[in-house]
Amino acid sequence: MRIFDPHIHMTSRTTDDYEAMYEAGVRALVEPAFWLGQPRTGVRSFLDYFDSLVGWEPFRAAQFGIRHHCTIALNPKEANDPRCVDVLDELPRYLAKDGVVAVGEVGYDSMTKEEDEAFTRQLDLAKEHELPIMVHTPHRDKAAGTKRTLDVVRESGIDPGMVVVDHLNEMTVKMVVESGSWAAFSIYPDTKMDEDRMVRILQEFGTDRMLVNSAADWGRSDPLKTRKTGDAMLAAGFSADDVDKVLWRNPVEFYGQSGRLDLEDLKTDETFEGNSVLRGVRKDA
Amino acid sequence: MTPDDLRAALDLTPEAAAWLEDARRKIADDPAKLAVLFPAAGRKVGRGALENLTGWTADDAARALLLDALPRPRAAAVSRAYADGDNAEKRAVLRALPILGLGDEGLPLVRDALRTNDTRLVAAAMGPYAAAHLDDESWRHGVLKCVFVGVPVAAVAGLADRADAELARMLTDFAKEREAAGRVVPDDVHLVLQLADQES
Repeated sequence: MRIFDPHIHMTSRTTDDYEAMYEAGVRALVEPAFWLGQPRTGVRSFLDYFDSLVGWEPFRAAQFGIRHHCTIALNPKEANDPRCVDVLDELPRYLAKDGVVAVGEVGYDSMTKEEDEAFTRQLDLAKEHELPIMVHTPHRDKAAGTKRTLDVVRESGIDPGMVVVDHLNEMTVKMVVESGSWAAFSIYPDTKMDEDRMVRILQEFGTDRMLVNSAADWGRSDPLKTRKTGDAMLAAGFSADDVDKVLWRNPVEFYGQSGRLDLEDLKTDETFEGNSVLRGVRKDA
Repeated sequence: MTPDDLRAALDLTPEAAAWLEDARRKIADDPAKLAVLFPAAGRKVGRGALENLTGWTADDAARALLLDALPRPRAAAVSRAYADGDNAEKRAVLRALPILGLGDEGLPLVRDALRTNDTRLVAAAMGPYAAAHLDDESWRHGVLKCVFVGVPVAAVAGLADRADAELARMLTDFAKEREAAGRVVPDDVHLVLQLADQES
């Protein structure tokens, strides 16, 4: 089983995790910029974090046979802190980097005016840099927050196919699927979504435009939840090709829209017809 | 090593060559343009290893040529490209140092790279620029770090000229420490000791 984890915070994980992920079939991942457990107090703190996402962490991942990409943004929670907001002026130079495959995580935490401003400004940046967008949906008041997210995306005029809306559940999946955006699910040990509920959602809504991630971070989480979801899909009667679509071809197609995925010479267990696998992959001259 | 050597080693498509020359003109006119063009180089010219320039990749060479287009004095702009770069960009700046005519002003970048644990940066930092400019103490520690983190000393420029008795002492101590721990002593230790012996 080859796996592309489209959302995992490796900065918070150990080398044991990288080894276990490789063993489970993970060969590529995207690490979205987000908040740390400890609030940041200024712009410089963000820049060191972003530098790590395009510098040290890809090197660390590469030592374990895993390709690391990232998304860059001011996250919604810290968009409320006036000491942090000026980081928005620094984003363009990061959005020019090879390893940056989307703008994110953007969206809402508490749905404040400040979050609105940061969200719309970063949607504009994504348009300008022709990058996909990863949207976080709030943990509290999720359905209302997701609806408002989709309204803002619609008003921005961005192609919904360039947007992934993350951390969805039974209450929010339908509106995202109907909007034409990509639907993403964070499989957690005891919150958000689990493997068996995920299988039922895939049975009801199909495998098109569906992304499954572990979203593993500094909280209680499991970097092998992608693999466990693949196993649960097989046990429920999905084919190996269905699993490959959800866990590999879908994230490659979504992030491939950046033209910056680096998946050449990757050692995976399986090869596919070759049509969608390399789509959007960086081209070496 | 000159910009012309880099051009000769780069086997570019007409499209990529046109992009590179256009980018050089833009940077010469407005150095601020480097911020957008420098990260884009790998996407435009590729990242493959250059056949006739050992250790260099196409993006390294293209980025070195972009830095070479900066008007003088250029030390501040080069330092900025390093500070703002991802690790592929940082590596390219380090590789480019010998052709940029910066005198000693590139040394802070070399010292920064030698503090990292990214083996690609450590290797690039110990190139011809370090051989020509880095003080003895820092240079010896650079060689020791290469051996320690597994960067082949073949990447160290000027090794035969600069290896001395003090470097030999440091590596001998390192070898003893490894032997005491029952660990393997890298072959490169013996190679450097031989070179140091010939020197002294």
